[in-house]
Amino acid sequence: MAKVKMSKNATSIDMTAMCDVAFLLLTFFILTATAKTPEALPVQTPNSTVQTKLPDTDLATITLGTVEGKDQAFFGVLGKQIRIRTLELMGEKYSTSFTDEEKEEFSRIESFGTPVEGLKQLIAMKNEDRNKKGVQPGIPKDSLNNQLKEWIFNARIATNEVDGKLLAVAIKGDAQQQYPTIKKIMDILQDQQINNFNLVTGLRGKDF
Amino acid sequence: MAELNTGGDGGGKGGKVRSKKQNSKVDLTAMVDLAFLLITFFMLTTSLSKPQSMDLALPDKTKTTDDDKNVKVDEHRTVTILIGENNVLKVFKGFSTAPLAGPKTYAYGKEGIRKELLKQKAEVKDYCTNTLGKPDQGIIVIIKPTKKSNYKNLVDILDEMAIVDVPSYAIVNEFDETEKKMLAEAAQPK
Repeated sequence: MAKVKMSKNATSIDMTAMCDVAFLLLTFFILTATAKTPEALPVQTPNSTVQTKLPDTDLATITLGTVEGKDQAFFGVLGKQIRIRTLELMGEKYSTSFTDEEKEEFSRIESFGTPVEGLKQLIAMKNEDRNKKGVQPGIPKDSLNNQLKEWIFNARIATNEVDGKLLAVAIKGDAQQQYPTIKKIMDILQDQQINNFNLVTGLRGKDF
Repeated sequence: MAELNTGGDGGGKGGKVRSKKQNSKVDLTAMVDLAFLLITFFMLTTSLSKPQSMDLALPDKTKTTDDDKNVKVDEHRTVTILIGENNVLKVFKGFSTAPLAGPKTYAYGKEGIRKELLKQKAEVKDYCTNTLGKPDQGIIVIIKPTKKSNYKNLVDILDEMAIVDVPSYAIVNEFDETEKKMLAEAAQPK
């Protein structure tokens, strides 16, 4: 019987090209991924099955949380130019002037929770000190001193001036937050004719 | 590319210098595995890190024309959900003083409120189609969160509205006496 000749093909595949592509993609995704900045007020959002994503631009987020039994509100708006313009408008309203460096520094703050009076000190702080406990007491939102309302109002003006668009508003509340606090924010928004807004939620499984 | 040049330089003293017969190819399998794992990770984190959100539209507060005030709604179509403290829900149909169904206490989730809402939705649909002859009308849910309820409760109920696909719902903050009584009963420990 004749021997069956085994074909001498190489059993290993050349993976060089595949490896190249894989690392190219990897580099792309690493570079496009934005580093998550630590939140000034960490909250545990409630979950929902709704899967609408938040817009990428022209969005203001009001974060509501409880720190040591006190309700706190933090405010943040997306976009550097809008942040700077909002700060200028707030400065006019509360007769405080900010230098260009302060404006530049402020435009890097994602979200903050200090009254306007304490904003200069906050801007002067180092980034890691800002998120320390007790540094930011929350934005005043009671009827006597409703700075949150002013922030939202001025952010809307700034968005319109800079981008010519309407500002979307999202409420990011802690799951255990009492309803009256949420209602108060909704009332502040509704007083400004913002009747349509987003509630930030976490993702829940389909089988809920 | 990945083959290493291990051939001898051939500059020895006469004769052939035997090149070592090592496997010159580097096995890239593990490296590719790792690369793809990382790709998957970064792809998913970039798209999933964006927070989810829920749209909420509230009626305009300032515009109260007479037309708005005098809208009469059939009691057979309205279902009221009272959100009480300690994750308690009270549900009734029609007027609080003479409810057509309930008031009953429900829990959150699939087995509790969702079942009831689906049942009511079908009933109302049936009523609208057969009795009223208006198949385009459906259930109206009135959500009344109390001061003791929390944000999670509200979002859960709004989520329930999205799951059950309730065409119209409203958040109302006023309570009449009967409803207050119902909630006080619900709050009592059994």
